[in-house]
Amino acid sequence: MSQVLQLEGVGRTFGEGATSVAALRNVSLTINAGEFVAVMGPSGSGKSSLLALAGGLDRPTSGEIFVESTPLSRLTLNELARLRRRAVGYVFQDFNLVPTLTAAENVSLPRELDGVPVRKARRQAKDALRIVGIEALADRFMDEMSGGQQQRVAIARAIVGDRHLILADEPTGALDSATGDEIMGVLRHRADEGSAVMLVTHEARHAAWSDRVVFIRDGRIVDQSEAANDPASLLAQSGL
Amino acid sequence: MSVRHSLLALLQEQPRYGYQLRAEFEQRTGSTWPLNIGQVYTTLDRLERDGLVTNDGDDGDGHVIYRLTSSGAEEARNWFAKPVAATNPPRNELAIKLALAVTLPGVDVQAVIQAQRSASMRSLQDYTKARRTTAAHDRPEDTAWLLVLDSLIYGTEAEVRWLDHCESRMLQLSTQNAARPLTRSVGDSALGAEADHIIHNHGGRK
Repeated sequence: MSQVLQLEGVGRTFGEGATSVAALRNVSLTINAGEFVAVMGPSGSGKSSLLALAGGLDRPTSGEIFVESTPLSRLTLNELARLRRRAVGYVFQDFNLVPTLTAAENVSLPRELDGVPVRKARRQAKDALRIVGIEALADRFMDEMSGGQQQRVAIARAIVGDRHLILADEPTGALDSATGDEIMGVLRHRADEGSAVMLVTHEARHAAWSDRVVFIRDGRIVDQSEAANDPASLLAQSGL
Repeated sequence: MSVRHSLLALLQEQPRYGYQLRAEFEQRTGSTWPLNIGQVYTTLDRLERDGLVTNDGDDGDGHVIYRLTSSGAEEARNWFAKPVAATNPPRNELAIKLALAVTLPGVDVQAVIQAQRSASMRSLQDYTKARRTTAAHDRPEDTAWLLVLDSLIYGTEAEVRWLDHCESRMLQLSTQNAARPLTRSVGDSALGAEADHIIHNHGGRK
């Protein structure tokens, strides 16, 4: 199974000297293609810092990060931006969509910024919207869509152009429980189709859609839990 | 779990023999609580002794068919009508363990909480995966099993939330009194109160 994201001994410290704060300490983590990993931990534990580093939005103060085998520390800022647009998709709690653009335009925007001809970018956007189940809403503006539909647009934007690393930061935070489950279903499906998904959440019921839960506290990974390969095994253990 | 009432409820539908009752029970609850056939026949004997079922004798294939009496039908109706009474409070090993952990010296409370959280999270992942796989078949006969899975999911989710709550209470307490580490000493009144808090705020499964 190919490694899509790899963190090796990653640390991130803000400030210097006596007032410095270590957000992450010696974190090592690998996410393979087709794997869905959830990161859980209390507020201030370093979850969001981890996500920002994994997607090249921030640089570590120690260690190395590889995205599709490329070491991010060796890239210039321009090369890093290009790699992000080509390989990494982000999904945020508040969607971060442009309200004056349609769903299709929002999704095609990163491709167009990357120099892909508009017609091809729009075709790729339609493909991505179809994958997340809202192709029929391609021409709608954001104020004409529900929160769940907007988050699907954001996921389509994250996967457009064959990107295989999806980083999601509390993507269900603004949604009701049932819609949150739907969004987890979409992310789960993307992983089943071969994407690597990293989800930051404090909701146990959403983290439970993952293959692996990574627990982080005070900037360190303190534990991990993996789902059983055979769900039938739960029958044996649930003798309540 | 009341085997007695479950059998009465299944006999409400139609007369059945022991193996049929076991199969119906397990099919409707997704085999989550497997029934021993000996337990089924022992229970049927007691129900017959109490006048709640009667047996029609051998059906010709070696099966003894049981049917409800009018008292048995009334007992089954009453079971559905009355809420399930939890013992007060339910004996909960996890709540007891945490309550003791916060009041005894030398116990790493955070480690106890994290070990349980990982185990509970693993169960929640398994239940969620089973629910997803079962729901994908979209079969009406899976409805009862999906509801049982939902119950397991909600119960385990509540347990994880309660563990998060315990951890944040312990951190709050250690911040309030930095001199007092998470490893506790006996006779600490604040911690006695904390143990009470843990027991009374536990909303997890039995």
